Order: sequence, then structure tokens, then C-alpha cells
Amino acid sequence: MQTPSTARSSGRKPYQRAYHPYLLLLPGVAVYVIFVLAPILGTLRYSFFDWTGFSEPVFAGLANYQRLMGDRDFWNALGHNFFFAIFYTILPILIGLLLTSLLTRGKVRGMAIFRGGLFVPQVMSPIVVGIIWRWFFQLDGPINQALTTIGLGEAARPWLGDFTWAPFAVGFVGTWVEYGLAMVLFVAGAQGIDEDLYDAAVVFGANAIQQFWFVTLPGLRQQILVAFVLTFIAALRIFDLVFVLTRQGGPGKVTTVASILIYQEAFQDNHAGYASAMAVVLTVIIVSISAVVIYLQSRGDRDEDAA
Amino acid sequence: MTNRTRQSWLVYALLIVFLLGAILPFIGIFLTAFKTTPELVNGPFALPLEWRWQNFVEAWEGARFATYFQSSVIVVLPVVILSTILSTMAGYAFGTMRFRGESVLLLLILLGLMMPFEAVIIPLWQVMGSLGLRNTYWAVILPQVALSFAFGTFWMRSHFKTIPTELIEAAVVDGCSVWGVLWRILLPVSRPALLSMIVLVFMWTWNEFFLILVMVTGDQRTLPVGLALLRGRYASDVPTMAAGAMIVLLPVLLLYLFFQRHFIRGIASGAVKG
Repeated sequence: MQTPSTARSSGRKPYQRAYHPYLLLLPGVAVYVIFVLAPILGTLRYSFFDWTGFSEPVFAGLANYQRLMGDRDFWNALGHNFFFAIFYTILPILIGLLLTSLLTRGKVRGMAIFRGGLFVPQVMSPIVVGIIWRWFFQLDGPINQALTTIGLGEAARPWLGDFTWAPFAVGFVGTWVEYGLAMVLFVAGAQGIDEDLYDAAVVFGANAIQQFWFVTLPGLRQQILVAFVLTFIAALRIFDLVFVLTRQGGPGKVTTVASILIYQEAFQDNHAGYASAMAVVLTVIIVSISAVVIYLQSRGDRDEDAA
Repeated sequence: MTNRTRQSWLVYALLIVFLLGAILPFIGIFLTAFKTTPELVNGPFALPLEWRWQNFVEAWEGARFATYFQSSVIVVLPVVILSTILSTMAGYAFGTMRFRGESVLLLLILLGLMMPFEAVIIPLWQVMGSLGLRNTYWAVILPQVALSFAFGTFWMRSHFKTIPTELIEAAVVDGCSVWGVLWRILLPVSRPALLSMIVLVFMWTWNEFFLILVMVTGDQRTLPVGLALLRGRYASDVPTMAAGAMIVLLPVLLLYLFFQRHFIRGIASGAVKG
């Protein structure tokens, strides 16, 4: 892949010396090594220790990981992350695709305005998003007010304090945050699909559904991948929103997610070693998913280059 | 033809519904920030009987949002400035030069782009504690610079890669040094890319919560943490909370208003993409 083109290197030699790139990288990489890479190794190391965060760490081998295997709280929390992924990832992508399916060809006028508005939840602080929706879902909040007004007062409840409804209420907020991203990505992508492909499909007698399935959907491959990775990783990383909405995962533990558990174990219950093992598992999951998607993307890029 | 018309009518109807859905909660909190508590029964979208700025005064002074605002500024400005400089330099090296260890280094930096804060927070907390830096702005600024550096390096690298090599070569023939190429040739044509990076790093740092929650407990708290941990009488007072939320949102929303395209391009490119 990295065949050095002679033109490039010979053109650069007079002004660039071998040490120049390292000199340019040194300050940034130094900061990065100290505050990111070394701590990653630190987390890995502490995950093999029995350590409160204040005590002298005592080597414990795989004990933390063995305990983690049987820790229902942790697997439940991870399960909640995946449950929220339905709302963060699947629903927004479906909403985006539904819109795009109606869109076959034809430009959307005023898309700049739609795009600007649809993206607002993406730039808002998740804490503020949480504050707003916590208030909306309150027993005397706007949602219950509206239900009462339309005669459904019996359905009113403190949504986020309800064991059955709290996970769905949190998930709903996730969908609200992410759907605009999927819509904007897909509409932009659909408008970039070659019109000739649709003409060809029509010649072969494809109906609207077939056009969507065989032209639009493949044409949106890259956009779907981007939406997938951004929203899925957001679902696996949720912290701020749950911290505020259900005050760290309540009621009980029905909305507790992995990062909330890590925070509580490390900084409230003084199980820093054990929390490190949790962090390692969460990081491995997130990084593997990102790596797979980046691989798929680069493969897609190559396909397009070849075409 | 009629089919097509009906279809596009439906598209606009859906777009409008979802657009309203996306901004109405914001409108609700904006209007509520100017109301009195008894007015809340009129619903979140009723106009305030009287535009009450007092809520903002209470949030700013009573609920100490002035202090948190100051902390936010003290944290965000150095992060944006330092990470911009460091990532521009690194992106320049990665984007225009070849050197040993390039791909390994790039992979290591990609790791920082993908991993969650949980991967580093416990050792960082420990190290900052033993250095006596916990509860100082440094405990927040330095890790945030390091993480923004990962994003910024990839961002600037892919930007510099789009600049034609001939441009650099011509400058070199004219006797430009390494710094000269960066300053006189690359940076002048890089303003949009730089601007995108700056607004994104600003937004991420302004909205950052987890790192600050863990590292500082006092006045060094930034706005989102101050808002989330608000206790006492202000916490149960919806209009004051709403005013506080507006104070948190305003700087980012103002930037968004002016640099919308940059935000959207940056987020939609998939920060993970590299």
C-alpha cells in the first residue's frame, strides 16, 4: 500500500530532514503518551490487582476477572447498554431509512434549514438534554400534563421512577438525540446517488420498493456504517444522560449501564481494581466494534476506488 | 407524476414533524427560563406572562453559575489552543511526510479516538492525586488536550493529505523551510479545516462531564457538572434550572448558529473514521 512515489520523496528531500516529522510529533505525542497511552496500560495493570484506590495495590492475578464473570450486576448493565442500542442505533437508522425511502430522487428543498434543526440535539450538552427530559417526564411535568389534558390522566406516572417504563423513557431520549443524525446523513447520501442507477432500475421494471432495496440501500452503505458506529458507540458509552435522567441508573438498577457501574465501583465504593477490570472489558468491546467498522469502511472505499 | 407529488408532500410533512420534535424541547426550556413557578401549569410552550430575567440572576449568582462559567472558560480556552497547535503539527507530519514508525504511531493515536474515558480515568485519577493536581484545572485540561489531540491529528492529517503535493514542491523550490511550508503554504488554505476542528473541540470540551465529575469537586467544576450536581432549593426550582441550562447551552448554540456547516461536517464525517 505504501509504495513510496519517487516524485514525492525526491521533491521533499531538500527541505525536509529525517528528524523533522519526529520533531513535529514530539510535543503532541508526549502529552498523548502521558495522559492516554500510559493510563490505558495502567488500567490494564490495575485490573489484575486488589486495590481500593487508596490502599497499596496487591497482585490478585485473574481474581477480578473471575469475579466479573459471575457478576450479574455487570452483565445486566452491559445488557442495558445493548437494550439502549435498540433506541440509539436501530430506531434512528430505521427512521432515517423510512424518510429516505420516500425520497427516491428529487432534491429536498430547504434541506439546510431541516439539517440545522435536526442536528440541534447533537450539539446540546447531554446533561442539559437529561435535565430537560427529566423535567418532561416528571409526575407533574409536561408529558403527564398533556396526557391529563387529552383525558388519559390514568396513564400518567413518574416515568423515570417506574421500574417498567424507566428503561423505555431513557431509550426514548436516546432516539430523540440520534434520529436527526441518521436523517441528515441518509438524505445527503441519497442525493448523491447516481440518477442513472434509478433509470436503469426502471428499465428493468423495478417498482419503488425494489428501487429502494437495490439502488438506494446499497448506495447508502457508507452512511449507514457511519450512523451505526457513531450511535452504537454512543449507546455503549452512555454515562451523562443516565447520570442525570435516572440519578445514576434507578429505579433499583433497571437503567444502570456499564460506565455508571464503573464510576460507582471506582469512585464511590472504592473498588478501583475491580472497576479497572470492568473498564478493560468495556474498552475491548468498544474498540473491537470500532475496528470492525473502520475495516468495513476502508474496504468500501477501496471498492469505490476500483469501480 | 401525482404519485411523485404525493410522495414529496409526505417527505416534507415528515421532515417538519421531526424538525419540530428535535427543537421543541429546547424551545420549552428556553421559554421556561423566563417564567415563574406557578406558570408551569400552563405547559412548557405557553409564552411567559412576563419575561423574567430574575431567573438568570438567581442561577448566575445564587446557584453559582458565574463560578462554573468561569471554570468552563478557564478549561476550554487552553484545551482548544493547545490541542489545535499540537494536532496541526502532528497532522502536518502525518499528512505530508513519510517516516519510520508512521503507521504504528497512527494506530496508537487511533486507539485514543475509539476508546471510552473509562479506559483511562482510574489511573489518571490516581496520578493526578499523587501529583497534587486533583481539584485543579490541570487535572481536566491535560487529559482533555491529549484526547482532543487524537481527534485533531486525524482531522488535520486527512485535510493536509488533500493538498496537492505540487504546491509544497513549488514552495520548496522557492526555498521554503519546513516551517515555511506549514505557515505560508498549508495554513492559509486550511482555515475551514482548522475552524471545524476548533468548534468541535470547543463543543466537546464545553460539554465534557465524566472527566470533570471525577477530577474536581469544588469551584473548578465546569457548567455541565455544576448543573447536574445542583442541590438544594435551586435544584427543585424548574425555572432556575431552566435558566441554568440556557447558560450551559448558549455558547455552543451561538457557535452552532454561525458555524453550522462545520459542526455537521465534523460530526457526520464520523469522528471515528480517521
